[in-house]
Amino acid sequence: MDYPLIWSVLIATAVMLYVLLDGMDLGVGMLTFFAKDEEERNMMTATIEPVWDGNETWLILGGGGLFAAFPLAYSILMPAFYLPILIMLAALIFRGVAFEFRHKAVRRPTRKFWNGAFYGGSFVAALSQGMILGAFIQGVTVEERAFAGGAFDWLSPFSLLTGLSVVAGYLLLGACWLVLKTEDQFFVKVRRWALMALIGVSIGFAAVSLATLSVDARVTDRWGFTMTEVDIWKLLPLSPIPLAGLFLTAWLARDLTMKPGPDAAPDWRPYLLAAGIFLSGYAGLAVSLFPWLVPFEYTIWESAARDNALALMLIGAAIMLPIILLYTAYVYRLFWGKVKPGDGYHGP
Amino acid sequence: MDFDALLLSRIQFGFVIAFHIIFPAFTIGLAAFLAVCEGLWLRTGKEVYKRLYLHWVKIFALAFAMGVVSGVVMSYQFGTNWSVFADRTGSVLGPLLGYEVLTAFFLEATFLGVMLFGWNKVGRKLHFVATLAVAIGTSISAFWILSANSWMQTPAGFDMDPATGNFYATDWLAVIFNPSFPSRYVHMMLSAYITTAAVILAAGAWQVLRDRLSEPTRWQMRMAAGTLAVLMPLQIAAGHWSGEVAHEHQPAKIAAIEGWCETKDVQGTVILAWPADNACGLDGLTIPGTSPALFPNAHGELMGLDAFPASETPPIWIPFYSFRIMVAAGLGMLVLGVWGLILWWRNRIDQPGLFHWAAVPSGSLGFIAVLTGWMVAEVGRQPYTVYGVMRTADSVAPVSAAQVATSLLVFMIVYAIIFTAGVVYMARIATRGFTDEPPRPPSEERRAPGSPLGAVDDPAEKLPPDIAAAYRRAK
Ligand code: HDD
Ligand code: HEM
Ligand code: HEM
Repeated sequence: MDYPLIWSVLIATAVMLYVLLDGMDLGVGMLTFFAKDEEERNMMTATIEPVWDGNETWLILGGGGLFAAFPLAYSILMPAFYLPILIMLAALIFRGVAFEFRHKAVRRPTRKFWNGAFYGGSFVAALSQGMILGAFIQGVTVEERAFAGGAFDWLSPFSLLTGLSVVAGYLLLGACWLVLKTEDQFFVKVRRWALMALIGVSIGFAAVSLATLSVDARVTDRWGFTMTEVDIWKLLPLSPIPLAGLFLTAWLARDLTMKPGPDAAPDWRPYLLAAGIFLSGYAGLAVSLFPWLVPFEYTIWESAARDNALALMLIGAAIMLPIILLYTAYVYRLFWGKVKPGDGYHGP
Repeated sequence: MDFDALLLSRIQFGFVIAFHIIFPAFTIGLAAFLAVCEGLWLRTGKEVYKRLYLHWVKIFALAFAMGVVSGVVMSYQFGTNWSVFADRTGSVLGPLLGYEVLTAFFLEATFLGVMLFGWNKVGRKLHFVATLAVAIGTSISAFWILSANSWMQTPAGFDMDPATGNFYATDWLAVIFNPSFPSRYVHMMLSAYITTAAVILAAGAWQVLRDRLSEPTRWQMRMAAGTLAVLMPLQIAAGHWSGEVAHEHQPAKIAAIEGWCETKDVQGTVILAWPADNACGLDGLTIPGTSPALFPNAHGELMGLDAFPASETPPIWIPFYSFRIMVAAGLGMLVLGVWGLILWWRNRIDQPGLFHWAAVPSGSLGFIAVLTGWMVAEVGRQPYTVYGVMRTADSVAPVSAAQVATSLLVFMIVYAIIFTAGVVYMARIATRGFTDEPPRPPSEERRAPGSPLGAVDDPAEKLPPDIAAAYRRAK
């Protein structure tokens, strides 16, 4: 069996689920910056409080899975992104404890501080995740199985662009989640937020896609472009990916601009469409970079752990992942439905 | 590799893991305590257990959040600071950590949501299942991570790729159940229960001293004192077991812990030691001839520090004194537990006295023992990360000292902030006690007086006080 291939698909799926689920948490977190008062802010956090910890665990599976399945890639990429990972971790620490601490702060300045830690942490975490993605696409300098570049190699106009695009994307997911989870008085406001985020996403994703084409000749070639001409037979089979993205964007824009009323789009649809837009972007990336895991240095097969380790973990994953998905779905169903003012914080 | 990045990485790793372990040590025990309380409530229907549950679950939520965020840091440390280690051991340790995520982290993180927010949404039994899932999740998590750590202490079931020097497993069961794992798992789980019991006892004693006695306080103190009195003797036995295992596999560590300078057939117990001008650099106050009693299974000579070349010995002072602090803390908690039981027996556990004054500061003894215990185990295995096979100096990542210094500083500042806030918030809840009204029943049973269909909750109830007031005013 081709264990490295299976594991690269599994880890890519874990990262994707992280982006769709915790991306939405980070998006809601950033949006609390725009909340008009404390009550509104509590309502927004109440939509994610019961599920954020489970969502964040996909990040641990992504990082831990990389260590477990592709130790060489892990040991090159982590030092390469030392500083942005540090920034991301610090931001996630603040955002994570702020879930609890903001309810416990009784004095106004401390409450303000933790509210700030919440939206600030969400923003910085989103930005650094996007920048790590950009730096990853650019590739890293490697010598003798180890990172050999500089401390700031990850910082570039391209990574800044991917960083901002991911921020916009998470804002979109967060706003669409709020469309699903909040009631009428919020109707107009969250849809406006979602629409603005969608505009940002359209610009950002388009720019990133074009810029990615110029990162490396191998990527350009994969999509059928050369300096002077287009190889239509390479581009054509891949074209459904960007076209699906465009189509979903247009559909989401239509849903978000509909007037409230009986024939308005169902509340659950914007989130699914937004997720679809992310998926199309992700698929585009996968096509561009496969099979590189340390782009342009090591492929998934060159950086994989021993087969017996991958096989052992595959048994665990085959048994546990369906169970995990099942109980995660159960918990989402349990907390299904609109939050109302005053919902949230723990029990009685 | 410059020495500075290595040293800074070691300091950073020690710092972030020491910060992290404070919270697992507490949440593993507290999750079990909460499961017991909720189970007793379901069984007996006694209100007091429910009140205990609803009180401590608030503290649990805070501690768990801090455990999670500091744990995420840990899982990236291996790569950012110890990338060579990660590359070489990935095919052995990777699956253990992978299984930890799959079998434990998802379980605890997902059901935490039900535990904290599902009180009004699911039935009592299902809520109990969620609490159990979290409690079981924490002990599974400890299982895998301690297995990984124990493998680094006493590696087994592996071989090395001659080309790359990378480790790979030849026998997974031997890897997972490596020689020091059983004793370490037992010792650590008991540590967690003991640490939590000491904290719960301290919080109860504080309430008694502040004259805030109530039924839950009384029960919390009884349960905690009973736990200490029963588990501490077991812990001494488990610690002794750990010592025997270490003696078999890491004799240099035991030589450092015991302060044995010379190899002899019969060694003494060194109570106190000070630097001296002899071969191993230490001299001490010794009770002679105790080793046959302490190490009954050891045959032949007992190796002292002189049996090892300097490049193979750990630093002596840290294991030596950490060990004594751990044991002293343990004995202190044993005394406290027995003392508490006697007071309970004589029906005086709720009358303020010397016991309560002693119990309050002793709430920290468990944490002290856990931290010093890890110091014994981890410093005592230096200079190796994988004992006898891979040196710490060869494990470090190719990052610059400046980067590590930055990250160390950032972690210190961030942790200082969240630690202070977290401890203040937890202490505020723990010391507030139970003098307030018993909590209301879940919302189905709740009716606003005078309105037949008035099942409308007052949302302001759940908001923080100042906002609740504003909310009521607005209505
Ligand atoms: C004896 C137990 C123990 C030890 C030695 C460690 N941990 Fe831990 N860890 C836990 C016991 C635990 C726990 C009980 O499962 C935690 C603590 C509180 C919590 O929230 O879960 C946790 C949380 C936790 C999380 C977040 C999990 C989540 O989202 O629920 C991660 C990623 C790690 N840990 C990783 C590590 C790593 C990489 C360690 C070692 C280098 C480590 N832990 C040592
Ligand atoms: C949870 C409690 C733990 C504590 C308090 C702790 C503490 C420490 C300390 C103080 C050091 C530094 C020793 C020195 O440099 O002299 C160290 C080293 C190390 N520990 Fe642990 N440790 C713990 C658990 C673990 C676990 C579970 C693992 C791995 C699975 C681990 C892996 C390491 C590694 C790789 C080093 C080498 C780096 C270094 O020397 O600093 N530790 N630990
Ligand atoms: C009172 C008698 C005790 C004895 C004889 C004892 C003995 C030991 C020994 C020999 C080790 C080193 C094991 C190794 O390196 O392989 C150790 C480690 C440790 N001890 Fe203790 N201990 C005692 C009490 C306690 C108490 C009360 C606690 C906490 C509440 C505690 C927590 C720990 C921890 C967390 C470690 C590190 C993990 C491990 O290696 O097991 N110990 N202990």
